Amino acid sequence: MPDAPGLELIAQDLNDAAAGSVLGTYHEHGQGCLIVDPERILAVLGWLRDTPGQEYRFLASLHGVDYLPAQPRFGVVYELLNMPRVERLRVRAALADSGPDELPEIDSCVPLFPAAEFQEREVYDFFGIVFSGHPDLRRILMPEDYVGWPQRRDFPVGGEPVIFTRDERDVPRWFE
Amino acid sequence: MSDLGRDVASRTDAQVIGSSPVERTAAGQALAPEQELMTINMGPHHPATHGVLRLLVSLEGEVVRDLKPVVGYVHTGIEKNCEDKSYWKVIPFVERMDYLSYFFNMEAFVGCVERLLELEIPPRANYLRVIHLELNRIHSHLVWLGTGALDLGAMSMFFYCFRDRDRILDLFELSTGQRMHTRYFQVGGVFEDIPVGFERQARAFCAEMPSRIDQYEAILNRNEIFLRRTRNVGIVPRQRLLDLGVTGPLLRAAGEPWDLRKVDPTLAYADFDFQIPVGTVGDGHDRYRVRVREMRESVRIIEQALDGLPEGPWIADDRKVVLPPRDELSTSMEALIHHFKLVTEGFRVPPGEAYHAVEGPRGELGCFVLADGSAKPARVHVRDPSFVNLQALRDMCVGGYVADLIQNLAMLDPILGGIDR
Repeated sequence: MPDAPGLELIAQDLNDAAAGSVLGTYHEHGQGCLIVDPERILAVLGWLRDTPGQEYRFLASLHGVDYLPAQPRFGVVYELLNMPRVERLRVRAALADSGPDELPEIDSCVPLFPAAEFQEREVYDFFGIVFSGHPDLRRILMPEDYVGWPQRRDFPVGGEPVIFTRDERDVPRWFE
Repeated sequence: MSDLGRDVASRTDAQVIGSSPVERTAAGQALAPEQELMTINMGPHHPATHGVLRLLVSLEGEVVRDLKPVVGYVHTGIEKNCEDKSYWKVIPFVERMDYLSYFFNMEAFVGCVERLLELEIPPRANYLRVIHLELNRIHSHLVWLGTGALDLGAMSMFFYCFRDRDRILDLFELSTGQRMHTRYFQVGGVFEDIPVGFERQARAFCAEMPSRIDQYEAILNRNEIFLRRTRNVGIVPRQRLLDLGVTGPLLRAAGEPWDLRKVDPTLAYADFDFQIPVGTVGDGHDRYRVRVREMRESVRIIEQALDGLPEGPWIADDRKVVLPPRDELSTSMEALIHHFKLVTEGFRVPPGEAYHAVEGPRGELGCFVLADGSAKPARVHVRDPSFVNLQALRDMCVGGYVADLIQNLAMLDPILGGIDR
């Protein structure tokens, strides 16, 4: 893990390389995190992956977080790992909610980290965050015809009617 | 952009497989019949898929030309449900994700919450956790070995492995009261001390297990069918595996000595002397050898942990987080209040987020928890190794035979409960 001053150095260097990309940093529980501009996410990840001295070449995990009611609401979190130094670094792209009719959008990092393919699909599936440039952006765990983004914090738990064929009498044409 | 979901949903499987060679099938009427590609559907109910995994496979004769895994059939919304439960009630939920490595799921989640609380766990709890984790690793590998060998036709392996797996389950029953999904790890330590007799039985198991592994190897190591079906099959270069995020025995079989127990030791792993087996070629046979060797190393770790098991409490003494001892409830009003508050509301975790990774039987099992200051987590995400490792299946299978696909899948060892969560 980079310590707190090391994290600030990374943030400074990143801001020199890609101006205005780092919006903030925090260091807690021994883990550092860079909060970055979603517009610059590929520049940030590419810089962290390829710059000598950084070389976070392994994407350990990618997941979505809904920080409701905080703003910006969504976070796409990249857990990067430098294997030789055994250092982890969290990068969080802070995505604003773009209203009920629009889905928030961020560049896909599959060209940089092929490992992200399934996990980006998972984030799309559960949070409705669109990864532009993803080779095959479909729902992965929920049914393909599912409507809604279930892991958003304002999506209720439960209350979903279980549809069986025998309900055809009560709910005709339920499958539409 | 709002149309995107609907647009995708209306596509059929044949379209979904998209830019794969299937499309050429439609266009390439001029191909000879034996060159024609055929897309077939394997699963979701197929004995060799180790769960409800569906594979869309494009075949040219017997040769796999493209493959797409379709998952989600046992998705149960565990991560969403965790947001509705207090922290201690989440533990049984996360256990049920990867149902063969429940102690690891627990450790990833509990370790993450402990990191958020900055809670130290007592040394005895550390050791007890290691003992159970390593027993769980052997258990998981035994199920893998039994079912994996069964896929290749070695019926007897299945019975032998399940015989020994049952002894591990007996040990779990002895120490935790449950054979599976034990809810044994608690935030702050473990639920209960091991009972009298556990150590004796665990030692008896450790004494016997190496000879059992010898027997397995005697069955498989010089079995011509097994060798010919696993050697030089499913090789993926090490760098490609790293790019795909693959961890665990699959990565180690390709020669990368990456094991979180060594490089980033949590719990008491730094105290033990054990080795990280690695392979050379990265074929199915190396994967088999790495896992079998890992079982031997796990036995060594358990023996060392039993030898060095420290005396003392098995759970931290933080009354704001940990339930008070049962006997205090009848004498201490304060203990009763703590007990009541902890059971009804649960403990609160200060706002923050953390990611905690452990080396599970299939690779890096990570847990991300976002705490918002209440008694329930605002987000629990488990990075399941099977889910990420499954992406390597295509690289393993393309260009090989259908029969090798089954072998590759067996050596990949996916657990669909963990993939779908």
